[in-house]
Amino acid sequence: MSEAMMHVHFQVNEEVVDQEIKVRRHLVDFLREDLGLTGSHLGCEHGVCGACQVLIDGVLVRGCLSLAVAAHGKIVQTIEGLTEDGSLKQLQAAFLKHNAFQCGFCSSGMLLSALTIVKDYPQATREEIRELISGNYCRCTGYQSIVDAIESVLQENANNSLG
Amino acid sequence: MNAPNDLAIPSLVQAPDYIGASIPRLGAKKLLEGRGKYLDDIQLPRLVHVVFFRSPHSHALIKNLDLSVAKRQPGVIAVFDGHDIAKICTPWVGILSHLKGIRSMEQFAVAPERACWQGEAVAAIVAQTRAQAEDALDHVQVQWEVLPCVTDMEIALRGDVVIHSALGDNLCFSRDVETEAFKSAFEGADLVVEKTYEFSRHTGVTNEPRSILADYNPSQDTLTVYHSTQAPHMMQDIFSRHLKIPESSVRVICPDVGGSFGIKVHVYPDEMATAAIAVILKRPVKFVADRIESFLTDIHAREHKINIKLACSKVGDIIGFELRDLTGIGPYSVYPRTSGIEGNQVVNLTGGPYRHRHYKAHLDVVFTNKNVTCQYRAVGHPIAVAVTEGIVDEAARQLGIDPLEFRQRNVIPDDQYPYTAASGIKFEKLSHQQCLEKLKTLMDYDDLRAEQSHLRQRGVYRGIGLAAMIEVTNPSPAFYGVGGARISAQDGATLRLDPMGVLNVMVSVTEQGQGSEAIFAQIAASSVGVTVENVRVMTGDTAVTPYGGGTWASRGAGIGGEAVLQAGKVLKAHILEIAALILDRTQQKLDIKANQVVDRLSGESLMPLSEVGRVAYFRPDTLPMNYQSELTVTRHYTPREYGFTFTNGIQAAWVEVDVETGFVTLLKHWCVEDCGTIINPTLVDEQIRGGIVQGIGGALFEECLYSEDGQLLNGSMADYLVPMATEMPDIVISHVQTPTRGSELGAKGVGEAGTAGAPGAVMNAINDALSPFGVSVTQQPHTPQQILKALGRV
Repeated sequence: MSEAMMHVHFQVNEEVVDQEIKVRRHLVDFLREDLGLTGSHLGCEHGVCGACQVLIDGVLVRGCLSLAVAAHGKIVQTIEGLTEDGSLKQLQAAFLKHNAFQCGFCSSGMLLSALTIVKDYPQATREEIRELISGNYCRCTGYQSIVDAIESVLQENANNSLG
Repeated sequence: MNAPNDLAIPSLVQAPDYIGASIPRLGAKKLLEGRGKYLDDIQLPRLVHVVFFRSPHSHALIKNLDLSVAKRQPGVIAVFDGHDIAKICTPWVGILSHLKGIRSMEQFAVAPERACWQGEAVAAIVAQTRAQAEDALDHVQVQWEVLPCVTDMEIALRGDVVIHSALGDNLCFSRDVETEAFKSAFEGADLVVEKTYEFSRHTGVTNEPRSILADYNPSQDTLTVYHSTQAPHMMQDIFSRHLKIPESSVRVICPDVGGSFGIKVHVYPDEMATAAIAVILKRPVKFVADRIESFLTDIHAREHKINIKLACSKVGDIIGFELRDLTGIGPYSVYPRTSGIEGNQVVNLTGGPYRHRHYKAHLDVVFTNKNVTCQYRAVGHPIAVAVTEGIVDEAARQLGIDPLEFRQRNVIPDDQYPYTAASGIKFEKLSHQQCLEKLKTLMDYDDLRAEQSHLRQRGVYRGIGLAAMIEVTNPSPAFYGVGGARISAQDGATLRLDPMGVLNVMVSVTEQGQGSEAIFAQIAASSVGVTVENVRVMTGDTAVTPYGGGTWASRGAGIGGEAVLQAGKVLKAHILEIAALILDRTQQKLDIKANQVVDRLSGESLMPLSEVGRVAYFRPDTLPMNYQSELTVTRHYTPREYGFTFTNGIQAAWVEVDVETGFVTLLKHWCVEDCGTIINPTLVDEQIRGGIVQGIGGALFEECLYSEDGQLLNGSMADYLVPMATEMPDIVISHVQTPTRGSELGAKGVGEAGTAGAPGAVMNAINDALSPFGVSVTQQPHTPQQILKALGRV
């Protein structure tokens, strides 16, 4: 039984993907195994834990629920690319300072959710931050330090825009 | 080599720079950049993937297993049944001699004849990719003879259905404790209160599933195992003995671990099978559990039914406790730590904070046809604390005494140590009274009570729940070693000054995200006198680090940390010895501060450590002829005076119960904890916070639901609820510091205190909120359904 393949063309961070991909291949498997981008993690493989999150055309998606072929014609950004281009710099510094991670397995997904908050909800309250990261499972921290880190970045940005 | 130096060694007190400093975990930065290396990130040439065919039945005989069709599927390399694996990997029995009378049966890596729980592996399929191996699973053909099963603990105890006929009944372990004159003391009490509590089994849900990659090299009979584990040396011994490869030829490497919480410290059949298959195929084999496998086979914990009584005088002095605990552990006692420890801990710890002198306990540990249970974060503590604190609140309520006041009256006074508790456990020095006092202020207890009473008049039902606790930390060999388990109670640290003056630190304790490596860097930096940026820490490789126990039972800081401190002190003396020779000064007049050899009195910088390194390594010809420098030092530490270095603390929960819907809102949570010397306050607080939330999970949400015939009903993260950010409260933490005198560092453990106390505090808060209705909840998790049931509304 031959597997259905599809020729796709898309961008992952700064890299162009132009190749045949198995239609059933999940995006996160393609990123991790074919491109060696292991920063996105497989926690539950059914869309609950959020460790596999990536951006497709700037929109947060679950890499374990998305098919790689669905990225055809689009731009995929992963933790590696968003680190490299500096998009996450401020959040990463805040996460480090507040120890907003322990084992780090959820961090890639959590940081991408945090980035979305910084961009789309710059005035989010603590309760709203909690709500907005409630799709990301962290077993280690108890979440408070993550909320603290994100809140500190929003505060910094608010102060900067005032100043 | 490394003989203790007879010169006076400068003590840590003179350079405490980093002890007590909340500095970020510099070594963990990679985890925030997607640059960590977890097990599944490792790829090796000729790597193949194994998946397991698991029993769909909770108890069944394999009448016929046909793997021939599976074998022919695309990409499949090999298939194995239990007999194939048993030729390479010997079975095991999870017993320990100090748990008198504990029994279990031989357990195989892949069950050859009979499955005893739903999810037990009965065949293995190896393919080029995991997807191909999973596809082939559909082609495994099995004829089963379904056997009667037993899933209810009480029915198991009765023995209507016996799981292992050779044992005669389903009893794994029993224990009785009774203090002298218990009966008369109870009969003489003014008040005896009694409750029955039930706890559902739950599990660790590590974000990174269990995973292993084993690689066998036949030319030298060497097995290299990359393993997401907490105890690499323990696993080295186990792979060696069960696969018959010399211990020194087995290397276990522990990469970044995506959470463990006790889940990853046990021997799992599928992981042993993966190593066996690597030996058979002579190539690297990877197994990564998927989430349903995690729910079916990661150890479960905490299924208990407990009856507890508390006897006291009418003025409110606790006379004693009586406990009956029944716990169901699945069909096997887990190897090598056994599944008897959790119940044993409940017996040891119940009543722990209090000064009563009478205690009676009976424990029954029974086999059932559900997944196995074993040690999970805070082993036994959440159960012991919840039943103790629940019954303490009940007594206070019946006597009309404020629960905080009742505890103040009954905790072991701070000036009464050392103290032997009624259950027999020994405390070196605890601080219950100080902690209670501090909590009272921290949470504005009196104001909160006033607010509660005010709101109650408006029909808003809020509750305050307190839970005093003790926690087992820094275990001595008394925990496992005396029972015959080859689990090291000792840990070691090797410190090496490199030529450029950078300190290389290798420790046998592993990093699971809790920050072991960060605190070892802090201790090493302080004890030697270097800046923390000039320290590199390595853990988790049996071929590199000293031998030791790893991470479990809150032992990393207290045991591994002390080894680092002692090695650092000796290394510092060795460095100064060389510096004295180079500078032609007296060693006692020198010190090391911020990577410089300095004059002890004036602080004047005399020479950088890189100069010591240069001379020692590259120009030793300039040193005296009979002098050999030693810039690598190894030291070990084992706590021995006490079986465990107990810590203590108290938690408080502030909740609101919606009496119409049964929903509980966690408003705030406090914890005052005493873990002795605090090395990094942020990391300590984060251990407590994470632990509390894990405890809250067990108290309110988490439950492995089984049908009567042993089918797990909620094996996905959509159905098994874990705490997410929205429902969790902010948690306020404060400390009392009573350093242990058993070590120079004085650190006790802190990894489990949060989980130990939170369920009891939350349960007491709910029951405080429900008190106007004269009802209470006693079954964890306290779901809305339980609460409405208690209120008589469903």
